[in-house]
Amino acid sequence: MAQKQMVSFKLNGSDVDVAVEARELLIHTLRERLQHTGPHIGCETSHCGACTVDLDGMSVKSCTVLTVQCDGSEMMTIEGFAKGGDLHVLQEAFTQEHALQCGYCTPGMITRAYRLLKENPNPSEEEIRYGMAGNLCRCTGYQNIVKAVQYAAAKMAAKSA
Amino acid sequence: MIPREFQYHAPKTLPDALGLLHQFGDEAKVLAGGHSLLPMMKLRFAQPAHLVDLGKIAELRGIREDGGTIGIGAMTTESDLIASRLLQERCPLLVEGARQISDPQVRYKGTIGGDIAHGDPGNDHPALALALGASFVLRGASGERVVSADGFFRGTYDTLLEPGEIITEIRIPTPANGTGWCYAKLKRKTGDFATAAAAVTIRMHGDKVADVAIALTNVGATALEAKAAEAALRGKTFDAAAIDEAVRLAMSICDPVADLRGDPEYKTAMAGEMTRTALRSAHSRAAR
Repeated sequence: MAQKQMVSFKLNGSDVDVAVEARELLIHTLRERLQHTGPHIGCETSHCGACTVDLDGMSVKSCTVLTVQCDGSEMMTIEGFAKGGDLHVLQEAFTQEHALQCGYCTPGMITRAYRLLKENPNPSEEEIRYGMAGNLCRCTGYQNIVKAVQYAAAKMAAKSA
Repeated sequence: MIPREFQYHAPKTLPDALGLLHQFGDEAKVLAGGHSLLPMMKLRFAQPAHLVDLGKIAELRGIREDGGTIGIGAMTTESDLIASRLLQERCPLLVEGARQISDPQVRYKGTIGGDIAHGDPGNDHPALALALGASFVLRGASGERVVSADGFFRGTYDTLLEPGEIITEIRIPTPANGTGWCYAKLKRKTGDFATAAAAVTIRMHGDKVADVAIALTNVGATALEAKAAEAALRGKTFDAAAIDEAVRLAMSICDPVADLRGDPEYKTAMAGEMTRTALRSAHSRAAR
């Protein structure tokens, strides 16, 4: 039986402790141990971004991070977006702009878009496409995803105005 | 999908890290950003018994300029490079290059030192380092040495790094004011490795080329500096004939593998196109 080590971090605002082998990937810890099945496994090659989480202020592919690297970290998954039953503006945007079909890429898309808009609150279409290049979608052709990010950006700007 | 079992170490200081690498020898691999190594471990192409994570060693990150030399800590991430005001103003080639590496998530984790040390001919920083005349500070248990990027890359996954040695810093002579630059990278899709890419810096004296550097990505077992092409341009008028000759000479050193990005003839032709694009663009950005 392989050695396990204790790893503690904040997940969507709550403290979490897990005992994991060094080789356990963050995506598996989130999905299997912590029942946070929002982040998805969409490939085996670190390309698709369906597993994207927000880790210590960075968009990160959780399939390419070891859980043991996350001791003391703060992370957010799609589960942490809605508050008190109210959708986050990005979730509302993806609904309003029909930016999902099967929904498999959507948690990763929204989680990445969240950080993108913090990096750049008023992105051009080109900047959105460049800034979301780590998230692949097989259904939508990306057009409505771009519109959803623009919708969210506008709404967030209006709120802070 | 799941790596083999290993022991994970996260030393807080450089001496501790070097001590661990010395202790475990070839059973240990260094973990930097992890976005080359972990995918290999998930496929079990790499199965180190020990992983030494450099992520907690603060002195390995940072960008500074000191008396005409830019020093970049090896654990500085691609996104740190892109955000650096210093680099945007004093070494924009590096920023343009980093922006074309992979995707935003990978750039949050991927490091300049890891990109260089891995020895993957598809990585972009080796050609950028060659074009900038960079050198690398290497530290091992027995001490420190500084080696030029020129000659550091020996073959695929093969560099001058000795067992137990890590890159701690990348040093770049600050490009002179008025130096033109361009990294032209052809890829099949966003985030892909280069089908072919060219890194160029150029200094002009009127319409004559005072100095030029040309380095190519992913058209050989390592990044390649196109020295004959450089020599053919130096002192010459920068006109169509000179560009054509430089492109021809750059293509002549290419030796790409055939793969899904193309056959050797196609990749070589594309290296020529990227060299042409990069030369023209760098020239347009250079002061006369």
